[in-house]
Amino acid sequence: MSDSDLPAHMRPERSFQGLILTLQRYWADLGCVVLQPYDMEMGAGTFHPATTLRALGPKSWKAAYVQPSRRPKDGRYGENPNRLQHYYQYQVILKPSPPDLQELYLKSLYAIGIDPKIHDLRFVEDDWESPTLGAWGLGWECWCDGMEVSQFTYFQQVAGFECQPVAGELTYGLERLACYLQGVDRIMDLNFNGREGPEKVTYRDIFLQAEQEYSRHNFEYADTEMLFTQFKMAEGACRKYLDDGWKAGHNSKRHLMALPAYDQCIKASHVFNLLDARGVISVTERQSYILRVRELAKACGEAWLATEGGGVGL
Amino acid sequence: MPDLLLELFSEEIPARMQAKAAEDLKKMVTDRLVDAGLVYEGARAFATPRRLTLFVQGIPARQPDLKEEKKGPRVGAPEGAIAGFLKAVGLASIGEANIQKDPKKGDFYVALTEKPGRPAIDVIGEFLQVVLRTFPWPKSMRWGEASAQPGSLEWVRPLHAIVATFGPETEEPEIVHVATGGITSGNTTYGHRFLSPGPIKVRHFDDYVASLEKAKVVLDPARRKEIILNDAKNLAFAQGFELVEDEGLLNEVAGLVEWPVVLMGQFEESFLKIPDEVIRATIRINQKCFVLRDSKTGRLANRFILTANIEAADGGKAIVAGNGRVIRARLSDAKFFYETDLKIRLEERLPKFRDIVFHEKLGSQAERIERIARLAAELAPLVGADVEKAKTAALLAKTDLLTEVVGEFPETQGLMGKYYALAQGEDASIAAAIEEHYKPAGPNDRVPTDPVSIAVALADKIDTLVGFWAIDEKPTGSKDPYALRRAALGVIRIVLDNEIRLPLFPTITKAVVTLMNGDAVKATDSPIAIAPNLFVFFADRLKVQLRDQGARHDLVDAVLAQQGQSQDDLLLIVRRVEALGKFLSTDDGKSLLAGVKRATNILRIEEKKDGKTYHGKPDNHLYLQPEERQLAAAINAVKQEAAKAVAREDFEGAMAVIAKLRPDVDAFFDKVTVNVEMADRRENRLKLLNEIREATAAVADFSKIEG
Repeated sequence: MSDSDLPAHMRPERSFQGLILTLQRYWADLGCVVLQPYDMEMGAGTFHPATTLRALGPKSWKAAYVQPSRRPKDGRYGENPNRLQHYYQYQVILKPSPPDLQELYLKSLYAIGIDPKIHDLRFVEDDWESPTLGAWGLGWECWCDGMEVSQFTYFQQVAGFECQPVAGELTYGLERLACYLQGVDRIMDLNFNGREGPEKVTYRDIFLQAEQEYSRHNFEYADTEMLFTQFKMAEGACRKYLDDGWKAGHNSKRHLMALPAYDQCIKASHVFNLLDARGVISVTERQSYILRVRELAKACGEAWLATEGGGVGL
Repeated sequence: MPDLLLELFSEEIPARMQAKAAEDLKKMVTDRLVDAGLVYEGARAFATPRRLTLFVQGIPARQPDLKEEKKGPRVGAPEGAIAGFLKAVGLASIGEANIQKDPKKGDFYVALTEKPGRPAIDVIGEFLQVVLRTFPWPKSMRWGEASAQPGSLEWVRPLHAIVATFGPETEEPEIVHVATGGITSGNTTYGHRFLSPGPIKVRHFDDYVASLEKAKVVLDPARRKEIILNDAKNLAFAQGFELVEDEGLLNEVAGLVEWPVVLMGQFEESFLKIPDEVIRATIRINQKCFVLRDSKTGRLANRFILTANIEAADGGKAIVAGNGRVIRARLSDAKFFYETDLKIRLEERLPKFRDIVFHEKLGSQAERIERIARLAAELAPLVGADVEKAKTAALLAKTDLLTEVVGEFPETQGLMGKYYALAQGEDASIAAAIEEHYKPAGPNDRVPTDPVSIAVALADKIDTLVGFWAIDEKPTGSKDPYALRRAALGVIRIVLDNEIRLPLFPTITKAVVTLMNGDAVKATDSPIAIAPNLFVFFADRLKVQLRDQGARHDLVDAVLAQQGQSQDDLLLIVRRVEALGKFLSTDDGKSLLAGVKRATNILRIEEKKDGKTYHGKPDNHLYLQPEERQLAAAINAVKQEAAKAVAREDFEGAMAVIAKLRPDVDAFFDKVTVNVEMADRRENRLKLLNEIREATAAVADFSKIEG
């Protein structure tokens, strides 16, 4: 549609990277800062401080970025057509949520080549909750011809704090969307660079080996003793940086190290996911680990609200 | 008279909330109309994914005037009191008030105020504001810039526009003024999100419905359902299939579209190797599509029916293709799960249960399965089941919980176990018991009838009840997280429907012993108290069940009041209630009841007065009147005969015997005075009354019966 002047290999329906580039341009054009992925392992784009922390506090914020997402438990040694332990999410966060957010979202689908005249687009109830982040929101999963292509959420609470104002969050599952646009049934079959013939690079060329190796690691070899230690270390570090940050702020109204502390919370969360995949956490313990991460997230949220980014000095 | 048209236009409302929201809106508005003295002629409410609409017909244009008489101070009261009164009632001078004479307390002022009725449109505008602010959504949210401040409007999803028009059909309506959350009411709505998104000017309900229809919105959910159902049936029929109807799915799908367009798609026949229920669950839950049956074979066809929200430019080709692709992906997952499951025998899964906690205080699933198997084996002879089969079925009953298919579709638990059991060559009744041991899962669910199923179903439920009683996690009020009421009711229905003689006390006690022998259980309640406590719970559930079936609750009470620990057989209790009900509908029954009640009442009063009970045999020598002797003789005969009938469990027979007492009881009360001067005679007569009480107590405590 709007990208018809692009060369074929750059088009969103021809290549995985073309899809990403189109979304980047679309949201950049609407005034979002286009960020790069956060440089830490995380389970979803929501964990990026540009979403979790920036969703808190009174300041306006518009951002879009790709976030590699790691779900150790979802690994299938590259054999399942739709399930990977590492995949990409495209994340958009708009605070406050604009009144025409649904329209903006739909237009992004038109931009990547989904024509509403022949495709059935639907908003189907799906309330979102992240127990580890102490966050919840209301929204939908967005369907295109019966396939879930995005999550659409109005954040109500993050890190245990009310969102004032509320942010709108859009999460596109890029691989699934690309499969749909390219008309392929397996993620590994995706054309990554849009070229044909010897120049063509597929998702398989890049990621199959990684899926196999990481599945092996996640389920069979990840060093659990070390991971238990790492969890404790990250938890301890998070607490320490939070305490130090309050002290350095000289009073309880300012915090000077919310971001480094939050990094340790992200770390703890990912280590927990690895331990969970290794099957060494029992059902009852599982709940208590989730609670421990949530406590960190809450404390980080509280610290963030005492920083400039969180609205101090406005 | 004017009509009110109200439309609340929002982002997509969850399908499951729409019907109730429409009803809530109707109730909230019409209740307030009535409270305001605005009696209306009729009201209808509608919902689509994007709008809640209410149409109220025939509302008076104004509220009726209200005349009120307000009492003031007495004549000659201090000036301050009079000034205050004038201010309160809104009069300019005291001359405008009337004087009411009161010779006792002195004359006083009375003001006649007339509160003129207000225009309905103003009243409605005011209360709509409240309705919007207090709407009972199950979950609501804040949004946008306004959410920066506390107290911003909450709605199920962002609210975008309010249409509120008021006026008679023949005139241009006025706009009811409502302003909340940055939205001001008007007369503009919008059509279908994709097919006709433009604004629509609205006047009255009729043109509103017509314009929406033109803009590809079917307002009435009932009509959308009808369209979907009809089109789906026709589409299926045209190709020789039959729609598998599904009311729940139909309701949901009708709540997901404003303009239903029904399309058919297909998938590879090879998927039909998966059990029908799994295919149906996959397609229904994940994709919200209907499945079809082959009219000839009765099995599922490799087709599905989807309901789109648009009339597609390509006739729906892309939509069918897209849905088909998702369904194929889902079915290949399901097929993979099913085939993986078949590779492992059910009993091989048992060791895994050791690592799965059933409940923190009740040990692992493995321990629970052991207990159920033991109990099922003990119950088997009582219900006519083969002991070995019952034990095997109980051991396998939960194993499908560890299969991939049940992990993906929890609602197929039991059913998948049956399939896998049959596939590995288990006996048919063992396979059936795996499915049926969860039954009855609700008031409308089937009750198992195969003896093996009965043994396992009872063992499962009784172990659950005993376990949660032991750790004191009984249901309280509306809280029953472990569905214990359902479990007890399940036991009751299995026992009654199958006419099983199951003494509850020894059964419960066996379960308690098994539970306490395991080292996993950390009981907090005394084990000895469990059986009697649990029996009271069963009795309560039975009462509710019988009452629901129309039995008189006082008869249930009368029979239960008479139950001791030796009478713990649910089937016998119910037979007594039935016999009692029949007996009391006869003349003999009614009149005997009156006599027995009279006897027990006199006894109660006298026993209380004297501080003692009148037990023991009356003395033959102390009878003065023939009626006494006659009654005593009758009671002696009846007592023995009734006891024999009760021992035979022939409760109707026992009642018939007791009925023979009627003429003698009547004659006794007619001719004999109980409370006479002579103490020994009085005592003897009271003892005779006690004989009446005891003779009838063989069947029920008559004093608990009403009327």
